[in-house]
Amino acid sequence: MDKTVNNKAWLLVLPVLAIVAFSAVLPLMTVVNYAFNDTFGNNEFFWAGLEWFDEMIHSDRLHAALGRQALFSAIILAIEVPLGIFVALNMPKKGFWASFCLVAMALPLLIPFNVVGTIWQIFGRVDIGLLGRTLSGLGLDYNYTNDPIDAWVTVIVMDVWHWTSLVALLCYAGLQSIPQAYYQAARIDQASRWAVFRYIELPKMKGVLLIAVLLRFMDSFMIYTEPFVVTGGGPGNATTFLSIDLVKMAVGQFDLGPAAAFSLMYFLVILLVSWVFYTVMTGMDRSQSDIPEGM
Amino acid sequence: MARITLRNLAHSYLPTPQGDGDYALKELDHVWQDGGAYALLGASGCGKTTLLNIISGLLRPSHGRVLFGDRDVTDEPTAARNIAQVFQFPVVYDTMTVRENLAFPLRNRGRDAAYIKARVQQIAAIIGMESALDRKAQGLTADAKQKISLGRGMVREDVNAILFDEPLTVIDPHMKWGLRTQLKQLHREFGHTMIYVTHDQTEALTFADKVVVMHEGRVVQMGTPQDLFETPAHTFVGYFIGSPGMNFIDAQVAGDTATLPGGAQVGLGGHYAPLSGKIGIRPEHAALTGQGGLPVTIRRIEDVGRHRLIRAELQGVPLNIVAPEGQPVAGLDRVVFDPRRINVYADDWRVAPQEIA
Repeated sequence: MDKTVNNKAWLLVLPVLAIVAFSAVLPLMTVVNYAFNDTFGNNEFFWAGLEWFDEMIHSDRLHAALGRQALFSAIILAIEVPLGIFVALNMPKKGFWASFCLVAMALPLLIPFNVVGTIWQIFGRVDIGLLGRTLSGLGLDYNYTNDPIDAWVTVIVMDVWHWTSLVALLCYAGLQSIPQAYYQAARIDQASRWAVFRYIELPKMKGVLLIAVLLRFMDSFMIYTEPFVVTGGGPGNATTFLSIDLVKMAVGQFDLGPAAAFSLMYFLVILLVSWVFYTVMTGMDRSQSDIPEGM
Repeated sequence: MARITLRNLAHSYLPTPQGDGDYALKELDHVWQDGGAYALLGASGCGKTTLLNIISGLLRPSHGRVLFGDRDVTDEPTAARNIAQVFQFPVVYDTMTVRENLAFPLRNRGRDAAYIKARVQQIAAIIGMESALDRKAQGLTADAKQKISLGRGMVREDVNAILFDEPLTVIDPHMKWGLRTQLKQLHREFGHTMIYVTHDQTEALTFADKVVVMHEGRVVQMGTPQDLFETPAHTFVGYFIGSPGMNFIDAQVAGDTATLPGGAQVGLGGHYAPLSGKIGIRPEHAALTGQGGLPVTIRRIEDVGRHRLIRAELQGVPLNIVAPEGQPVAGLDRVVFDPRRINVYADDWRVAPQEIA
């Protein structure tokens, strides 16, 4: 092979590098800079080393927020994934109602986050909200502004309302790609409804489910706007998730150093958990498909 | 095991069919004898798969009844009919091993474990996958997957019939032959009624005792391969069976003579009432000659190995002639037909010669 070696083409990548540098790398580096320095304004920095990280790792406040965050993500994944699959399985496969369902399902996804928050903030109010008023009219002691459990329920129901559609639509797309012959074969083989789900539908949905789980995990783990609008993190700190706490620390208290260290660890946690999800779910796949071809 | 009877069966995919053209399957009466090996042959879109799906219950016919033995199963679901069906493209349960795939139909019917184990082993031997039993089905080649599908179709011993919907489409040509022979052998061994859908005449003729030819939603002929070859009941059968198909020439028929448009006369093997239609002659039953017969123009000669195929024209109408190996063709420009092998068609349907009293 006597190919001419010419690496000039690499220069063509420069514009992309420049854009990415300005939009992602430099801002991130700024955060890194804050995380390792202390500053009193005037653009004066003093080297702090790992001090902020040390402080944050041992911070009860961070631990509590991380715990709430993990619990929140776990709960909404546990609800939205099975519910989304269930909805997808029961959606009409074709015809007018299929289109109708698709549009209706997509609606919550199109509403801006702060509007979703506002909707639920008003919806749940005991004095004027349809939900809050009805519940208290029924004699239930519901008030999301001063009962932590009620606040949690409200935030979780809101997220389920907002995002289950995404899981359902992804699963629906996965289901639509299953050839009719599979269902026919299952009927010939006298497979039960459960067996059809377990051996045909679930395996065929695995790819889209992986995407759904990853997206829902990442989004829910970074959730900020909706709970902030509805509960403002309260009552007390009951619904102060990581993002809300981070903003309080950085913008409210102006503790830029600790907040930056917090941000970096937050970022790494999301990266790590996403990686674990991805590896586990594709790993299940690989253990089956690494069988050599040629049978 | 049972005889399968289709009574006044017809199917339309439209809710309110108007004319004949709206029917994917036109009205037919048909009996599939218990233990027969049938091939359902026809071009793509002629209603073969529709008919198959009606028998297996995946589709409910819009008209008529389906009987298994004396039992009316028209409204019974697939599961209750105890039918096995193999589809055109491999359907395997990806997350299961080959063994689990083969055992699946038996397990769903609650057979005991020892029986399932033995039966799966037996089927695996037939399809040649014993060494792969514990592999996951996912990641196998299309060939192997289709063999699993075939195996799943055959694993139940007590099925009423096994239906094959062009099962060898995805199989490598060199393996087709082997699998087809195995199917045939299985048929001899277990005596299941087998219905084999295909658009490949070689496949149909080698597999089946009886071939059912379908055309535009209608069963045009059912018979042995020999019947189809010698006395096609419809011009479509003549054209579809054989390579190349039958020659058809417009003709006025009266008595034992057919008069071609140009005025030339052809002798027939039987006696017919006067009619205007076509005569059909197999390329194998036409021969080139130096004198007598009718003049033809030879366009091309193809050597296909065991014989030569002569593409000729008879008064502007294409005519194929098969010349046996070794027969010289140079300088021959006339054709003769074997009168006993000429069939007469009116409106595309064969007219039988009159009995001479």
